[in-house]
Amino acid sequence: MNIWERLQRIDRRLIFVLIAAVVAVPLIWPPQPQLQISPPTRQVYDFLEKLEPGSVVAICFDYGPSSAPELDPMAYAIIRQCLTKRLKVLVMTLDITGKQMKTHALNRVVRQVQQEGVKVVGGEDYLDLPYQPGYSAVVLGMGEDVHKVYPVATADGQQQPIGAWPLMGRVRTIRDIALIVDLASSNTPSMWVAYGGSRFGAKIAAGVTAVMVMDYYPFLQSKQLVGLLGGMKGAAEYEQLLGKPSIGMSGMGGQRWGHLVIIAFVLLGNIGYFAARRAARRAAQAPEVG
Amino acid sequence: MDPAPVAQAFSPTVTALGIWLGALLTLAIYSFLYRDNPIYKLAEHIFVGVSAGYYVGVTFWDTAVPKIWQPLFDPIAVGRDRPDWLVIPPALLGLLIFTRFFPRAAWLARLPICFIIGAGAGVAIPTAVQAFVLKQVSSTMVSLYPHEAGQKVAQSLIGGAQNLLLIVGVIAVLCYFYFSKAHRGALGVGARLGIWLLMIAFGATFGNTVMARISLLIGRLRFLHEDWGPMVGLGPEMARGLHAQPWRFAVAGAILLALLALLVRYERRAAARQPEATEVEE
Repeated sequence: MNIWERLQRIDRRLIFVLIAAVVAVPLIWPPQPQLQISPPTRQVYDFLEKLEPGSVVAICFDYGPSSAPELDPMAYAIIRQCLTKRLKVLVMTLDITGKQMKTHALNRVVRQVQQEGVKVVGGEDYLDLPYQPGYSAVVLGMGEDVHKVYPVATADGQQQPIGAWPLMGRVRTIRDIALIVDLASSNTPSMWVAYGGSRFGAKIAAGVTAVMVMDYYPFLQSKQLVGLLGGMKGAAEYEQLLGKPSIGMSGMGGQRWGHLVIIAFVLLGNIGYFAARRAARRAAQAPEVG
Repeated sequence: MDPAPVAQAFSPTVTALGIWLGALLTLAIYSFLYRDNPIYKLAEHIFVGVSAGYYVGVTFWDTAVPKIWQPLFDPIAVGRDRPDWLVIPPALLGLLIFTRFFPRAAWLARLPICFIIGAGAGVAIPTAVQAFVLKQVSSTMVSLYPHEAGQKVAQSLIGGAQNLLLIVGVIAVLCYFYFSKAHRGALGVGARLGIWLLMIAFGATFGNTVMARISLLIGRLRFLHEDWGPMVGLGPEMARGLHAQPWRFAVAGAILLALLALLVRYERRAAARQPEATEVEE
């Protein structure tokens, strides 16, 4: 086996070990990369920055623990921006696995901003809406009466009828919500666009896993989404815009080196392939000796 | 009120147990990268079982109870002052799905399915046409010189070039997917350009997929480093009051060595079995 054939048959376990190593090292010694902010990320940030204090923002957690490394940093950053800008936050989920994710993210950020001296009160500044089954039925119901779809809501572990919370005095239908941010690992942003956006004119932004992001660019072009965050990079960009580097940003060192290793192996494999093919062609053309 | 994070909702012992379990299952799943093995299989089966159990439990407590039981028998819990009898017809319709388990009455399951398909199609089709077809098509009908008052000519020209690229891209890709005529002449040129554009899109998708997979690896490594690490004398800090002690490090090392020994033993037994299998074939 010559060197070109060896390049095409690198033991995959060697690749795994190398990727694990280059991803792990920046987690222990995190770099501070400066990212170029992509326009779709900036659009979400700017939209929230321009909202009047007191406007209501709904954040829909349509993902489970398997997508948390990509979507949790987005959730933390957006909730933080809303609470520090005096915007009201509703967290909700249409995905059965999202119910723990929303409560955990809200509690975590509320605790952090309170420790930083921002005064936020459960039921007035933020509210946790329970999981509701039915996807499109929930969105259509919100278009008519949010209070009917969500008879009860929770703040700081205390559940009450939804009308008892001061925050819900501002919200009767989906049109009273200034922006709906759907953080999703499935196709729920399309559903929000179709039912919430097209039917009721709600403003929708999406934060999706990197695998899905290409599917949602057409909705930016058609202005059906006001902005889009894609994967861990989108989350890191948002943290940079907020000026609060956190877990999204700390993951970008691993992303950078992981990508470089993969690009290197793709190049090596291709060099090996083309060189081996060329060698085989030459051998076939060479005149037989003797 | 300062809400406690989820991890602090449990006692330190239960938290430690959960983190240990998570760490061992993570390592068990990643052992597949070396080779398929019984430890990986065990973790995979636990995942399937726990997922199914979780879905059944959550569906019962978050759907059946608040949507059927509470409106009928505990209306105050759902913000009502009297029972909501209107939930009975849809609940009965839903129960008919279970008639599939009884061959003689299985046909009754078609009734709720008919309702779901009929209502779903009625709601979805007009909205989908509006949101995914008409709106998308109209967004490709753009000006080649999108000049606005106060805008520089150069900016308008760049905007025009971008719009031209959009129009050419849409037409070229549509040419590629037009199969009623041979891809020759102008249609062939369009189709060839279309496939190039599709390849660029696939390349971008692959790049994003790589980013997503690395993100998942980062998530697991972060868990091992920041949550499990402090328990075994590694990691950045002594999290949640679970101070690392030498015996923790020793226990962790012993468990990991035991797992490794199991894998090595499995590997040797598999290698020993291989020649026997070859002999039988011969």
